[in-house]
Amino acid sequence: MIEEKFDAIVVGAGMAGNAAALTLAQRGLKVLQLERGEYSGSKNVQGAILYADMLEKLIPDFREDAPLERHLVEQRFWMMDDRSHTGLHYRSDDFNEEKPNRYTIIRAQFDKWFSQKVREAGATVLCETTVTELAQDAYGKVIGVRTDRADGEIHADVVVLAEGVNGLLGTRAGLRQRPTPDKVALAVKEMHFLPRETIEARFNLRGDEGMVIEAAGTISRGMTGMGFIYANKECISLGIGCLVADFQRTGETPYGLLDRFKRHPSVAPLIEGSEVKEYAAHLIPEGGFKAIPQLYGEGWVVVGDAAQLNNAIHREGSNLAMTSGRIAAEAIFQVKSRKDPMTAENLSLYKKMLDESFVIKDLKKYKDMPALMHTQSQNFFLTYPELVSKAMQNFLRVDGTPKVEKEKTTFKSFIKARSWSGLFGDAFRLARAWR
Amino acid sequence: MSIEPSVRVEDKLFYNRYLVDAGRAHIKVRPHTTPSPELLSMLKACPARCYELNDKGQVEITVDGCIECGTCRVICEGSGDIEWSYPRGGYGVLFKFG
Repeated sequence: MIEEKFDAIVVGAGMAGNAAALTLAQRGLKVLQLERGEYSGSKNVQGAILYADMLEKLIPDFREDAPLERHLVEQRFWMMDDRSHTGLHYRSDDFNEEKPNRYTIIRAQFDKWFSQKVREAGATVLCETTVTELAQDAYGKVIGVRTDRADGEIHADVVVLAEGVNGLLGTRAGLRQRPTPDKVALAVKEMHFLPRETIEARFNLRGDEGMVIEAAGTISRGMTGMGFIYANKECISLGIGCLVADFQRTGETPYGLLDRFKRHPSVAPLIEGSEVKEYAAHLIPEGGFKAIPQLYGEGWVVVGDAAQLNNAIHREGSNLAMTSGRIAAEAIFQVKSRKDPMTAENLSLYKKMLDESFVIKDLKKYKDMPALMHTQSQNFFLTYPELVSKAMQNFLRVDGTPKVEKEKTTFKSFIKARSWSGLFGDAFRLARAWR
Repeated sequence: MSIEPSVRVEDKLFYNRYLVDAGRAHIKVRPHTTPSPELLSMLKACPARCYELNDKGQVEITVDGCIECGTCRVICEGSGDIEWSYPRGGYGVLFKFG
């Protein structure tokens, strides 16, 4: 047993865990961070987009040495059917700014850098150590953790659970429920390597400019899901994810879906001739506001994906993770500064501070979106994309049909597929959930 | 209509690095005669195709190619069909990119 007692133990070295450990160490607390991977990042999977604002709050000059891929100047949203995509693209030279807002990153490399900052701030980082359970006293208060190392019980005043979407500890200790299949998506991803110039030519990029494509439609075969294509410097991150409940219901395979996405006529030319160097899979919290568990208790707080803090509509997660980790650490620091014990009552400060941040405000705004998207998946991911594609083709194809008739055809196809009440109902439900 | 080429997951897993903890599988399937619907769904839902049917119609797992996503935990742990733990520190999949 490690005799030393810590002010705080952080379980996990992803975005939330690193943000928490860094903040705690910067405030002078004695911190131990435990990570089961060979190094921070070796078990972490993300698309990945980094949001500068939230990292600046932790490491203001991160641009000087962080391993960043490309800063984003363009975002493409694609609505896809089997042979086409209808796109909404936004590109602006304003994004070529001194301090860009969003970057593509490669998590294994980025997290390693982040972890170095945590060490430099004074935290003890112990890798290749799996935490097997929380140590609790007779009253259920969390007093530390047990690990898979010999005599591995370690004590601390507070444990920060940054154990990720599939965190076992909180569930095993009865602090929160295991995520259900309708509350998490399974995403699979490949890394496609191509020469830098090829990527820049294919995606219309100069220098370190980057772009991302977010795609939805028939690629998810009627399931609630999305595909993505992110341009890195010398590789492309390409993946697709759908609700686990939908995979379970339909019997679709994740790799089958991925390969069909890759063969789509709009996608295949973008990755032609590439060399694949990795295949990864990861769960993504999709339950939104209503799936957020109890965030604090006697001697513990939970942050990041483990707390389901993910904005599925905006595809934001790592920034919510970083922010929740930082806020939890600040709350712990305040309790500690007052020399108060790490009770649930005192740690409720974390939730209070998080409620006031964009994290909970954004999730609250979209609290009804997950249910809408999950129950209406056939309409939103199959019917509408096909209708829109037909409408666009009808609009563009010049074949001597008078325009009035073309418009009528398109109009009728929408009514036939969804009926008047269906169309209005969908619009109403979407508007209400978005509000 | 084009014919869909079959996907070989084994080829995808070949890109990845693993440190296999021989003899210590981190996921175990509960012995059964007839698999539950949850367990059967893993034959398709597991992204690494770790779950296979044996010739007696029972579901078996080989964890060597597991990418530790947790999908089977979410589907099957509740019904008691599997026991799910993380591999020991340092073992399992080692992502180069993530």
